[in-house]
Amino acid sequence: MSGATRAEYCVIACAEAWRGAGEILASPMGLVPSLGARLARRTFAPDLLLTDGEALLVGPDGTVEGWLPYRQHLALVTGGRRHVMMGASQIDRYGNQNISCVGDWARPRRQLLGVRGAPVNTLNNATSYWVPRHSRRVFVEKVDMVCGVGYDRAAAHHAAARFHRLPRVVSDLGVFDFATPDRSMRLASLHPGVTVEQVEEATGFALAVPEEVPYTREPSAEELRLIREVLDPENARAREVRG
Amino acid sequence: MSDKTMTAEEAVARLESGMTLGIGGWGSRRKPMALVRALLRTEITDLTVVSYGGPDVGMLAAAGRVRKLVAAFATLDSIPLEPHFRAARERGAFELMEVDEAMFMWGLHAAANRLPFLPVRAGIGSDVMRVNPSLRTVTSPYDDGETFVAMPALRMDAAFVHVNRADRLGNGQYLGPDPYFDDLFCEAADTAYVSCERIVDTAELTKEAPPQSLLIKRHVVTGVVEAPNGAHFTSCAPDYARDEPFQKRYAGTAWPEFAERFLTGDEHAYQEAVRAWREEEA
Repeated sequence: MSGATRAEYCVIACAEAWRGAGEILASPMGLVPSLGARLARRTFAPDLLLTDGEALLVGPDGTVEGWLPYRQHLALVTGGRRHVMMGASQIDRYGNQNISCVGDWARPRRQLLGVRGAPVNTLNNATSYWVPRHSRRVFVEKVDMVCGVGYDRAAAHHAAARFHRLPRVVSDLGVFDFATPDRSMRLASLHPGVTVEQVEEATGFALAVPEEVPYTREPSAEELRLIREVLDPENARAREVRG
Repeated sequence: MSDKTMTAEEAVARLESGMTLGIGGWGSRRKPMALVRALLRTEITDLTVVSYGGPDVGMLAAAGRVRKLVAAFATLDSIPLEPHFRAARERGAFELMEVDEAMFMWGLHAAANRLPFLPVRAGIGSDVMRVNPSLRTVTSPYDDGETFVAMPALRMDAAFVHVNRADRLGNGQYLGPDPYFDDLFCEAADTAYVSCERIVDTAELTKEAPPQSLLIKRHVVTGVVEAPNGAHFTSCAPDYARDEPFQKRYAGTAWPEFAERFLTGDEHAYQEAVRAWREEEA
């Protein structure tokens, strides 16, 4: 037992999304995915490219190593050498994601961000998702506006979606993937302290649950030191993830 | 060669209700806010606004000037959801063409290149196709036979952009890290109005920064407006950062109250009202 917090397991689970990715751009959206990407870059995925959140590519210490304004960033997406981790206001069992609006699109009950780059991301590069508060409001039977394309729709547009890939969904309760025959969402690991029942209770559709569900791996002592002392000494992660 | 300098009032006087207006910048970054404020002082309305949306969209929508919006999002960056855009959208105040960020970019490229559309691998499989029934697809004429979205050209009657420096002829220079899509907006529009922090002699432009910073070329520029602090409250790196406290005030204030306090006078009055507010808050 490492004494890691829930937020720290989430950082590890996000970092693992980029394991073995090689020399590609990691595009984390949100604090915990950013900590995960930077942790991966400093440890097991040293070839990753990272931005400063704007137009510069920077090394772990902030050294500028490249220029990536929006127009080049959008072009890089279509080249596929990128793995983005986006947020999701709603996500369904096949990984269809919504960040545009809640309710009827023509007259939404709640307008959110808009589709942003979710349609281009999901047809061109690996796209994972981060959900800081796992609930039935987010994990829904059907999303109100499909922004990020899920596996069922990708299958229906086979040629256009030949680069489609959703490696994982990380929430504050566990890690999920689509490694099932019909590409529906599966519980891949539980963060220590979470039960299968808790996850099922907080999910608005039937998840595939294997007989043996592993726990999200423990952080190493060095990873914990990096998270706590170098990457997030102010402990902002505790504000994004409860517990 | 002609001197294209004009005031913001002279620039907006050339617009008409019903036009399609492109607005440069991105989110709450280097938005041509002085030109937007000048537009708000006119009676011009019924606009189709094309923008990587920020407070430009929020203000014009709140003021009821937008008939149709073409966008992939509207955000204030440090405040993820643009509250005045949200409110307007939730009351059904305007028509929306919601497209992906990359589709939007290729729409600008198509317009700038006088093409009716450009193929893009984005949109298929998503509800962008459902909510934009006019979008068409195109099939590759080569052996692969892949189907793409044929993103239509986003041609505009006028464009507003804000840059760091410009000369009197319309050569525009950005000094921050990202050009955004400002050159494309100018090329995709029939007329383009470039506001800047400071007008300088042409020879000064390349003394301050390398020639790659000369983003906008004068042949696509109609008017040049000197507007110091003209992107306020959005960022204009490296001249100034976003005015976060003021943006928070904008986001947290009902539109009529905000407009009454800050937007009833001219640009000078706006900047003075912001200064007075800052002193009150200190």
